[in-house]
Amino acid sequence: MSSATTRMGIDKPILIAGAFVIVILLVGSAYTLATQGTLSFLSPTYLLQQLQIASFLGITAAGMMMVILLGHIDLSVPWTLSAAAMLATAVGGPAAVPVGLGVGLVVGLFNGLGVAYLRVPSMIFTLGVNTVLMGLMVILTGGFAPQSAATDLMLFFGRDRTFGIPHAVILWIAVSVAIVFILNRTPLGRYMYAIGNREAATYLSGVNTRLVIICSFVICSLCAAIAGLLLAGYSSRAFQAMGDEYLLPSIAAVVLGGTHILGGRGKYLGTVIGAVLIVLLQSVLSVMQMPEAGRQIIYGAVIILMLLVYGRGDKLRA
Amino acid sequence: MKTLRIYATQNLGLLIAIAIFLVLYLIYATQLSRFGMNVVLQNANEVVPLALVSMAQTVPVLLGGLDLSVGPLMTMINCIASEFLAGDIWSVLFGCVLCLVIGSACGLLNGCIVVYGRIQPIIATLATGAIFIGVALFVRPTPGGKVDGDLSWALTNDINELGYTYGWWEDLGWFGLIPLPAVFLVLVVLLVWIPFRRSATGRGCYAIGSAEGAAYMSGIAINRSKLAAFTLAGFFAACAGLYLTLLTGSGNADAQQAGSYTLNSIAAVVIGGTSLFGGTGGCIGAIFGAMVIRAISFIFRVIDENSIFGFLASPLLQSLVEGAILLLAVSLGAARVFRVRNRLTLFT
Amino acid sequence: MAYLQMRGIAKTYGGVRALTDVDFACERGSIHAVLGENGAGKSTLIKIIAGVVQPDAGTMTLDGREVQFSSPLEANAAGIVCIFQELSLMPDLSVADNICITDPPRTRLGLIDSRAQRRRAEELLARVGCEDIDPRERVRNLPLSRRQMVEIAKALGRNPTLLILDEATSALTSSDVTKVYEILHQLRNEGLSLLYISHRMHEIKELADTCSVFRNGRHIETFPKDAHTDHEVVQLMIGREMSHVYPPKPKWDTPPQPVLEVRNLSWPPVLNDISLTVGRGEIVGLGGLDGQGQRELLLALFGVLRGVQGEVLIDGRKTAIGSPARAKSKRIGMALIPEDRKTEGLMLPMSIGANISMAAMPMLTRGLVIDRSREAQRITEMIQQLQIKIGGVGDPVATLSGGNQQKVVIAKWLMTGARIVLLNDPTRGIDVGTKQEIYQLLRRLADQGTAILFYTTDYDELIGSCDRVLILYDGKIVRELVGDQITETNIVASSLNLSDQIERAAAEARA
Repeated sequence: MSSATTRMGIDKPILIAGAFVIVILLVGSAYTLATQGTLSFLSPTYLLQQLQIASFLGITAAGMMMVILLGHIDLSVPWTLSAAAMLATAVGGPAAVPVGLGVGLVVGLFNGLGVAYLRVPSMIFTLGVNTVLMGLMVILTGGFAPQSAATDLMLFFGRDRTFGIPHAVILWIAVSVAIVFILNRTPLGRYMYAIGNREAATYLSGVNTRLVIICSFVICSLCAAIAGLLLAGYSSRAFQAMGDEYLLPSIAAVVLGGTHILGGRGKYLGTVIGAVLIVLLQSVLSVMQMPEAGRQIIYGAVIILMLLVYGRGDKLRA
Repeated sequence: MKTLRIYATQNLGLLIAIAIFLVLYLIYATQLSRFGMNVVLQNANEVVPLALVSMAQTVPVLLGGLDLSVGPLMTMINCIASEFLAGDIWSVLFGCVLCLVIGSACGLLNGCIVVYGRIQPIIATLATGAIFIGVALFVRPTPGGKVDGDLSWALTNDINELGYTYGWWEDLGWFGLIPLPAVFLVLVVLLVWIPFRRSATGRGCYAIGSAEGAAYMSGIAINRSKLAAFTLAGFFAACAGLYLTLLTGSGNADAQQAGSYTLNSIAAVVIGGTSLFGGTGGCIGAIFGAMVIRAISFIFRVIDENSIFGFLASPLLQSLVEGAILLLAVSLGAARVFRVRNRLTLFT
Repeated sequence: MAYLQMRGIAKTYGGVRALTDVDFACERGSIHAVLGENGAGKSTLIKIIAGVVQPDAGTMTLDGREVQFSSPLEANAAGIVCIFQELSLMPDLSVADNICITDPPRTRLGLIDSRAQRRRAEELLARVGCEDIDPRERVRNLPLSRRQMVEIAKALGRNPTLLILDEATSALTSSDVTKVYEILHQLRNEGLSLLYISHRMHEIKELADTCSVFRNGRHIETFPKDAHTDHEVVQLMIGREMSHVYPPKPKWDTPPQPVLEVRNLSWPPVLNDISLTVGRGEIVGLGGLDGQGQRELLLALFGVLRGVQGEVLIDGRKTAIGSPARAKSKRIGMALIPEDRKTEGLMLPMSIGANISMAAMPMLTRGLVIDRSREAQRITEMIQQLQIKIGGVGDPVATLSGGNQQKVVIAKWLMTGARIVLLNDPTRGIDVGTKQEIYQLLRRLADQGTAILFYTTDYDELIGSCDRVLILYDGKIVRELVGDQITETNIVASSLNLSDQIERAAAEARA
């Protein structure tokens, strides 16, 4: 691979995943051309619609990537997303969005403290946090029957469009710019990659590794909260378990984009393509009237095959 | 005395899990006005599927990996079994064996992807999990099944009922009151887990999880142990799926339920004293971990609103308490961190 | 013909010669000690015999048959068992499991017979005199000295014909050592061939039948135990030409103004009441055998260890250093070049540039943002200053040679403008040319006013580049050598804690 493409942030997984996105579109188009005689998959309306749906997954995955880069994982994403949306709609009014973001902040801090200071494996700590959040939301809805209608601001960002461009996509772009900025332009981003590669060496370089871990978890939870607010706007309301469908796909999007599951390596562009790939794959298969069964099987097989093609299984992290 | 001390220190996690379970179950039993063997039976039926899935999760965790496909695999076997557990005794038996073989083969598939594809277990099983759910949906797009009603009834009750249903025996006294789910669980442990643990391959799994480099230097067949571990996980998951089918009498390709079984299995494994870094713990711990998780939900059904625990009377608190107990349990293990004298050792 | 016969063995690691044309033989029914300085090639020799590494050239015959081992298992099968310094035990398994891991006794069903296994473990433990170890105990719960005995029992359980002990007694208590000696003598009488590597002269005197001295990767001489006196043996070990050119040392008329001062520093049980000062512009060497607490001393100063007692003064002011981040701060300005550059110094897959600017990052930011042009400029400066040979700044640091990787680690810390530099064996495994560049660099830094504390396992470097040398033994400073006192004889003798004896002998020799 030439250093020119490396500088542009493109590597082998991104090329493969990008090519696969095009293949999906072509196969889908061939199908619609044969059955309906149209190229509806290549229409701007359809593509923008898909991007809007992908933005919820994309923002969640962006956050997930921050912790995976460190070699950690955040299983509390589903209920962070749900809790942010549910509490925001419950509060309502102008305070809704700040409350939702506040949920993300608090959950992220809690996760980060547990992982950085207690050094509990993030897998199990965030699993516990997820259950606690679920418990809190169950109490909230069970005991108080709160409002669940999205506020105007949430509708504006989640559902509305300007000149046909969904605001959710614009927000996704904004989040992406922020993440790229953090990863490439700030010491924080540099330290995240460093910790994912070799935490001991980072620590011995005089980096406050605990603070970096906490920041990563906070960003992850904030992204989940933003996705929750958007999703509530998109569906006009918040509901329980609305985040459950986002956990595994967000991990898959990050990994398909070429980020190493054990941390340290990965480009943000890959995560974006990974999210688009997953959403397009699901959508094209459903338009092709593939039953849910086939969609799941193809989804799983694609992940394995692509990872085998990437062929970067390290034997051991020595 | 010394034997006891060694056993206690080496199985501290397991003993704590047993103690927590006993306390929780005692609270439950005393709060329940009509506690009896029928209640125990019902509880056992609720515990067994989770216990078996947790056993499935334990084996890859011993290696230091994680299997996200145990819940989906169990669901898939549940759907397949709902097609086959009917007809005469031979076809039922054939169905059972078929399910166990499919389950083990799927576990082996996971193992091959991990060992030869060199993909991290967590991400490989995330993908195969999706495939298993897909197959489950393919086999059974809508919930249902043709499980033999008698069979289902006979195998999920106590020993007496088994005899009554098929006219094999009459009242066997106290012996007949033993719940069959408990019998099944004990059989799986005695016939499968204990022999595995005592085999060279099984001990290889512990050795790999403890120190892979030293295990290699000592001549452990690394690949064989890893493949065996994932295969066994598949087998246990298949057992869980089979039992779930008997219990519900139907198959249901419910992805959400599969996911929650997977996550609960991780929690059960940890509560049962198995380290997520591998090397220590075992299936017995996972069983008690599963019992603790289930016991919490039992308690929420019976708390008297007027008792001192009245504030806990709301079943709405269940998840909160489950999560809090999990967090508490893992945070207690963090005491180690504050005793470390060379901070570099925290990073290995 | 000897039981084990090696001819013309050579091995290089990335351009560094570890062994050159070595002929070596060892007999049955004899205890054969291998002596040499750190880095003389002893461990490479035994790694080749044990199948851990493969030689680049040469042949090896065992019992008259030519053999080649591609893995430790093959060597094992041929009857060669090695007890390495770094333990090969699995901490979460029981003692019995560990001892019988390779070939456990089985029941008729093919399962591990835990009772028979425990009996076998008990027998083997009894043989090494460790009846006090319960075979059911987990290895993790044993103290280091007991683990080492388990390791010995495990090795005996594999029925070796050639047993290699690499510093196998370094962590043992004295009563254990006695037992191990008895066993080794007994094994020798049974006709086993034993290779024994130790830094402790008195052990060798007590144990060995034959000694071989290695120096600079060459086999110097093999002789019966009593053929040479201690003094002569030490001369054999060090008798070599000065192979490096060192920059001239400055003359000290007045002692330099102290920058780093340590008073009564302890970290039980490894460090014991250490006091030292390092002055402005001074290079202070830390010497002694490997593993006498040098590494821990540097880590303690850098804020990595918890529970350190004693005082650290920076510029005469008492200072608490609780973390590397604190040590790096402007007020202290400390840097540590760690021991293992691959795991502690570098993020191997990351770019050369990112590695170089990792520690100095806070100085390269404007607000929250990395000033990329300044970063690039500083990186270029560093690469030029240290003459790091690279393809591109964006290449992964893993693509560089060992010497250039080490330069990257040093560059990382130079960029912070550190006033106190701690170095932990920075020249290990790098080529001669780079080594000399590092010596020049250290002296240049010192001349600019940096205080340097330099631990190295190479005595030559202590002599050539240090203004003062402190010798550690068993966590204590046993000797301070200044100026002309810094000689190989003095260093080797005090490292072995034999100083008085040897000096007397040397004095007699001169007289």
